[in-house]
Amino acid sequence: MSEHEGAGSTAPVLEAIGLRKEFGSLVAVDNVSFAIPPGRSLAIVGESGSGKTTIARMIVGLERPTSGTITACGRDRSRPARSARDRRRRGGEIQIVFQDPYTSLDPRQTAERAIDEILRLHHGWDADRRRARIEELTELVGLDSRQARALPKGLSGGQRQRVAIARALAAQPQVLVLDESVAALDVSIQAQVLNLLADIRDETAVSYVLISHDLAVVRQLTDDAIVMHRGQLVERGLTAQILDDPQHPYTRRLRASVPRPGWKPSRRQLVPADSEGEVR
Amino acid sequence: MSGQEATAPPASQQPLLSVDGLTVLLPVEGQQRAVLRDVSLQIRPGEAVGLVGESGSGKSMTARAIDRLLPAGAQVQGQICFDGADVGALSGGQLRSYRNKVAMIFQDPRAHVNPVRRIGDFMTEALRANLGVPIADARRQAVDMLTQVGIEDPERRLRQYPHELSGGMLQRVMIAAALLTGPALLLADEPTTALDVTTQAEVMAILDDLRRSHGLAMLFITHDLDLAAAICDRTVVMYAGQVVEVRRSELLHSDPLHPYTAALAAARPEIAQKASRLRAIPGRPLSAFEAPAGECAFAPRCAYAQPSCLTAVPELTELDGGVSRCGRAGELRGHLEAAHV
Repeated sequence: MSEHEGAGSTAPVLEAIGLRKEFGSLVAVDNVSFAIPPGRSLAIVGESGSGKTTIARMIVGLERPTSGTITACGRDRSRPARSARDRRRRGGEIQIVFQDPYTSLDPRQTAERAIDEILRLHHGWDADRRRARIEELTELVGLDSRQARALPKGLSGGQRQRVAIARALAAQPQVLVLDESVAALDVSIQAQVLNLLADIRDETAVSYVLISHDLAVVRQLTDDAIVMHRGQLVERGLTAQILDDPQHPYTRRLRASVPRPGWKPSRRQLVPADSEGEVR
Repeated sequence: MSGQEATAPPASQQPLLSVDGLTVLLPVEGQQRAVLRDVSLQIRPGEAVGLVGESGSGKSMTARAIDRLLPAGAQVQGQICFDGADVGALSGGQLRSYRNKVAMIFQDPRAHVNPVRRIGDFMTEALRANLGVPIADARRQAVDMLTQVGIEDPERRLRQYPHELSGGMLQRVMIAAALLTGPALLLADEPTTALDVTTQAEVMAILDDLRRSHGLAMLFITHDLDLAAAICDRTVVMYAGQVVEVRRSELLHSDPLHPYTAALAAARPEIAQKASRLRAIPGRPLSAFEAPAGECAFAPRCAYAQPSCLTAVPELTELDGGVSRCGRAGELRGHLEAAHV
């Protein structure tokens, strides 16, 4: 899908420069910059309050940056879309799959209809062409024909997440933002969905922006990573390097907190209660 | 049950809790549906036992059955014994005193605390109401316990409301509250699942320290095989409402006895290396009532299944100090493709 970039094929598919977001007096995201070259995938790693979800929401246009710019496929998207056409074009550049497949799908819409809606919106195709594409997409994400005709309530969590992925892919985005998209899935289903995402990347050259706190999932799916802590970008680099040899003390602590055979959890030196224990 | 022999305590040390042949049916849409089938497990005094499984495996329901917190209309067969007493026969004051000895902490502390009551009222309630401890005494004990779970300025915390505390701190308050009545067994139902990983590590460290210093036994329920293996002495793996494996935790990854345990461990991505593709388990986890009758519940997803696996429900069998509900367990021993160690 990235070949139609033509001469600009080495230009990043997504770039953020000096991104900042304030909510009142809280700085949720503070001067964050990153770029995703075509065909590569980026992890935004962090825990709650790190600003990672705010970045995801700014990328897809659900929040407007206080300052800084976001450029997708060479076009600025830091400002709201000016027209329905502009919004559609943006949808063809970036799509998002949320964590919770139970709330992100319309409960009255079958998988087929959910996908068809996107196809109608983004492509001027006739019914036959759309039907063929729905079949391709449902097959790509591993839904059988009964599941494709089922309402969300008749599907399991993993199946709903497949519907959400198929629906996002229907717009043929260059970038797919995965906001903790596999976090709520059972381990055996999570592995299926991660394999599916790897297959899709191989077949479509889509770039993923994976928002995750799960370092093993991050390693499996991304090439590059940035680590966020309380709104600040604290480390960036190749995913493998960051996980094998973390440099920032916070990244090290995050790495050491992952349970593994033989792991002994340790009490960190307690911080003053007010700085971390309380909701701010 | 024969399977328990292998992991049975020495004669001098009787189990603190024993669950024997527990089957639970719940009314769903007018039908009684099985959520647990013939579950047996034992916990010795001071022992940490992990209970691991995916959605519908029955791990939380097992904890609820032990704490007598099953929904109305539940049909229970089998026996639960705590300290020699039949838990199913307890009522009124006996049940309250049982729950003081078998405390429970949950995944979402906010759902289990009254948001308009102060932390102090919540923490001292059981002491005051059930054990008749005078209020000043109860507050002193609460302050002491908050200090033990690493909470600073505990007097001020007692005056605060739940919404003023972060999730990690509230879970520490829940642990402190659970320990106040001097329990012998803690049922911990995914207590760190909703927390950040660094917070999880701290809460687990606190739980582990306190458990050891108070001589407390624990049933630790989690979907995270790695976490259970790291902090529990033994781990019980459940699938479709049944126990499929009981194993010393340090052997769970290197030498699993049931194909499901091995497959679950192998399906997780590794933090140390990227796999071209993960070894996913086909299909999805089944609930007890969905599992086909008269055959191994895992067989349809199992890489080692044979026609014989479809002719009978396998019994729990002892093997090398553990227990496996696999008809081919002996023959597969050492061949199960274990995960990264």
